[in-house]
Amino acid sequence: MPRVFIPPQLRDLTGGQAMVEIAGASVREIVAALDRQHPGIAERLTTGDELSPALQVSIDGTLSRRGLDAKVAATSEVHFLPVFGGG
Amino acid sequence: MSEMQDLYLGKKQYSVLGQRPVRHDGADKVTGKAVYTSDLQLPGSAVAHGRIVRSPHAHARIKKIDASQALAIPGVLAVVTHDDFPNLAAKFAVMGEAGAVNLAHLAANCLANKKVLYRGHAVAAVAAVNPHLAEEAAAKIKVEYEVLPSVTWVIDAMKEDAPILHEDLRTDEMGKKRDKPTNITVKMVFEKGNIADGFAQADVVVEREFRTASVHQGYIEPHAATAMWNEDGRLKIWCATQGAFNARQQVAELLQIPVSRVVVVPCEIGGGFGGKIAVYLEPVAALLSRKCGRPVKMTMQRNEVFEGTGPTPGSFVRVKLGAKKDGTLVAGEAWMAYECGGFPGGVIGPGAMCVFSCYDLPHARVEAYDVVNNKPHTQAYRAPGSTQAAFACEQVVDELCERLNLDRIEFRLKNAAKEGTRRVDGPVYPRIGLVEVLEAARKSEHWKTPLEPDAPSRMTSIRATSVTEPFAPGAGAGLRGRGIAAGFWFNIGGVSSCSASVSDDGSVTLVEGSTDIGGTRTSVAMQLAETLGISAEEVRPQVADTDSVGYTFLTGGSRVTFATGLAAYKLGLDLQEQMKDRAARLWNCQPAEVNVEGGVYSHNGEKFTFKELAGKIAAKSLEPVVGRASVAPEGSTNGFGAHIADVEVDPETGKVTILRYTAVQDAGKAVHPSYVEGQMQGGAVQGIGWALNEEYWFDDQNRMRNASFLDYRMPTSLDVPMIETIIVEVPNPSHPFGVRGVGETPIVPPPAAIANAIFAATGKRFTDLPMSPHKVWKGLSGAGM
Repeated sequence: MPRVFIPPQLRDLTGGQAMVEIAGASVREIVAALDRQHPGIAERLTTGDELSPALQVSIDGTLSRRGLDAKVAATSEVHFLPVFGGG
Repeated sequence: MSEMQDLYLGKKQYSVLGQRPVRHDGADKVTGKAVYTSDLQLPGSAVAHGRIVRSPHAHARIKKIDASQALAIPGVLAVVTHDDFPNLAAKFAVMGEAGAVNLAHLAANCLANKKVLYRGHAVAAVAAVNPHLAEEAAAKIKVEYEVLPSVTWVIDAMKEDAPILHEDLRTDEMGKKRDKPTNITVKMVFEKGNIADGFAQADVVVEREFRTASVHQGYIEPHAATAMWNEDGRLKIWCATQGAFNARQQVAELLQIPVSRVVVVPCEIGGGFGGKIAVYLEPVAALLSRKCGRPVKMTMQRNEVFEGTGPTPGSFVRVKLGAKKDGTLVAGEAWMAYECGGFPGGVIGPGAMCVFSCYDLPHARVEAYDVVNNKPHTQAYRAPGSTQAAFACEQVVDELCERLNLDRIEFRLKNAAKEGTRRVDGPVYPRIGLVEVLEAARKSEHWKTPLEPDAPSRMTSIRATSVTEPFAPGAGAGLRGRGIAAGFWFNIGGVSSCSASVSDDGSVTLVEGSTDIGGTRTSVAMQLAETLGISAEEVRPQVADTDSVGYTFLTGGSRVTFATGLAAYKLGLDLQEQMKDRAARLWNCQPAEVNVEGGVYSHNGEKFTFKELAGKIAAKSLEPVVGRASVAPEGSTNGFGAHIADVEVDPETGKVTILRYTAVQDAGKAVHPSYVEGQMQGGAVQGIGWALNEEYWFDDQNRMRNASFLDYRMPTSLDVPMIETIIVEVPNPSHPFGVRGVGETPIVPPPAAIANAIFAATGKRFTDLPMSPHKVWKGLSGAGM
C-alpha cells in the first residue's frame, strides 16, 4: 500500500502520525482516502479540484507537477513539498 | 511508480558529446550581428517609445495620478496606469522560481495598484514619438502620495508592530491561514527523526546566526520589450525573456486575452539567471501600443533594473549542528527567514529544502518563513535560496571540523548524502554524485598544494570561538587561508518540444523553444547530432517564437540541456526511423532490415551516409524527412558541487583577495565541456561577488542608494583569478546520455568557501554577507565591537 508522509504542519489532523499507509492509484485517490480517515486534510492540500498551487508532490523521490493526477504505485512513497523552479 | 524512467544508455564513447565545437551563435555574437531586443527596428512603422514613472518612496498610498501636463505635449501618444489592466481575480500561473505566482500581484508589480511597495515601483507609463520626449513626459506626470512607514530588514518586517504591506495578507501554514494582518506570508516546517534525541547524542554542538543582503543577478542586458498590438487584435511581443511561452502566458492572463492572440518572439538575451522570467515591460508596452495604435519599444535604464526588477532575497538563517567526536553528524536544526520584497512568493521553499541537502542527518528540523518587505519583489538568482542556506550550513560544518580537529573533506565524506539518503524534507535521493565530487576535490592539485610557505596562517594560533586580538596597523601584509564548501541544487525537468527537417545536403535544421541563456542551442544540437551520427556543425539550431514550435517551459532550473536535450534525442530517433523508411524504399526492402550505425545506413552490402541518403531522398522526390518530439520529464537531476578558495586578507584595509579558486561539480555528462566550465566559472564569480561586495544599500528612508554598476560592485576580470574547474561525471539515470543540469549549483558554495577561507586566514568567522572590506576591517581590528 502506498506510504504517504504527512507534513509536520498537518500532523495534528493525523493524531501525530508522520506516515500513513493508504490505498490509492493516484494522488487524488490518496488525498480523498486520507481525508476520509483524517477529516480536514484535503482542504489543507487542495484548492478547488487541484492540488494547492503552492505544492508539488514527490512520488518515489521524483518531483511531479502532475498534481492530483500523478500516478501512485502500490509501493510508492508520497511527499507534499513546496513548488519551486529555478533561476 | 515514478515517471523518472531509467533511460541511461551507458555509452562509453561518443562521437559528438564531449567535443568542443564552435558555438552556433558565436560568429553573430562576437561580430555584433546578433539581434537583441533593443536592436530591433520594425520596418514601415513609426515605433513609439515608452518610459516608466516610478515611485520615489519605499511605501506609500497613491492618492492621485495626473497625466494632463504630459498628454498636452505634442508627440506624447498615451499614458497607462494600473487602471488600464482588466479586473484580475486572484489567479495563479506556474513560473520558474516560485512555481505558482498570483497574477493580480504580478499586474500590480508591473504597474502599482493603489499602493507603492518599494522605491522604484512602477506607477505609470507613457509613450511618445521618441525616447527623449517620453522621458520628458514621464517627468510631467504628477503623482500624489501619502507616504507610509516602511521596513526593509526581514526580521523587522516579522515583528508585531511592523508596517503592514498588504492588509489582506495572512500567514499560510500549509493551507491553514492565521487570522490577522501580517507580513509573514508562509511558514513551513520539515522534520526528520527527533532533534532532541539527536542533539542528546552530540559531543559537540555549534549554533550560529547568519545574515545576507539583497543581491541582484547583474545581467549585462537591461530588460527590454517591443509590443505591437495589431488592428486584427493580435499582439506580437519581442523581448528578452527566459521563457517565450511563459511570457506569452503571463501577458495573455494579465491582459485577459486568449493565448492564441499573443505571439512572443524571444530575441537574443544578455543574461537572465532567473531574473528574466517574470514580465515587467511586456504587458505595459502592450497596453501603450493598444492605446496609441503604434508599436511601443521600452528599455530599462540600469537604475531601473536594480530598483524595479527582482533581486534575490536578503535572509536571516540560524543553523545548529551536532556531531559525535568521530565526526558523525547526529542532528541539525535551522530557522530561516527570507524576504520576498513587495509581494508574496519568494524562494524560502527551495532554501529550506536545500539547507541540509548535502548531509545524511538522522535527526533534523527546519522552520522557515517567507516575509514581504519594502524592497523589489524577489526573483530567482541561480539556485534560488540555496546560496543563503549553504552560507550558513557550510560554515557551521567548518566550525565543527575546527572544534573536532577533523579534515574538512573527510568530515563531509563521512556524512555525505548518497543514493538512498532521505532528505530532511522527505524524499530519498536516487544516484547522486556528491561523494565523487568530494573525492575529486580531495585529489585536486589545488587541495594537494599547500598555501605559500611564507604566508602566515593564523589557523593554528587562534581559537574559533574567541574574538581575535585586534590587529595593530602594519601587523602583516596579508593573512592567507584556505576554505572549502559544498553545495546543491535540484535542477528540474519540465516540458520541451522540438522539430527538425533534413535538407538535401544532409544538414539538419533544428527548431526548439528553449531561449538560449547559456549555450544550450549548441548543447541541444550536439545531442541531436550524436543521435543521428552526424557532426554538430551539420545541425543548425534555431530558437523559435511561440507560433513556430511546440510548447516549451522556460529556460531556468538548469533544465534545458537535460530536458530539451532529451527531446532532441527523441527527435533524432524519429528522424532516424524516417531515414530508414526512405532507405528501405530506395533498396526495396523493409525498414526493419535497414541497419544504422554511426550515421551510416546499410542493407545487403549497400550503404549510404546520412548526407548521401539525404541527397537521394531529394533527388528521388521522396517525402522530405521532418521530425518532431516533445517530452515532459519529471524529477530533478540533482547537481552537487564543492569549491576550494584560497584567500589573502589585508588586515589594514579589510580587502580579501582571491588567490586561487577551484570549482568541482558533477555534470552527469558534459555535453560541451567548455560550456560546462563556463557555467562553473560564471557561477563561481557571481558567488564571489555575492560573498565580498554585492549588496543593496538602503538609506534611512529605505531607498536604494547604489543602483548603478559603479556603486553596486560586481567582480570584474581584474578581481578574480582564473577559476579552475574539475568536471565529475556521475551519469544521471533519467537521461540517455546521463546529463545533469549544471548552471545553478556553482553559485551555491562560494560565499561559504570564502568565509571558511577567511576564518582559516584570520581566525575570525564572518556571518554577514557581503564580507566587504569595511566589515572585515572592523571585525579584525575590533573597531565598533
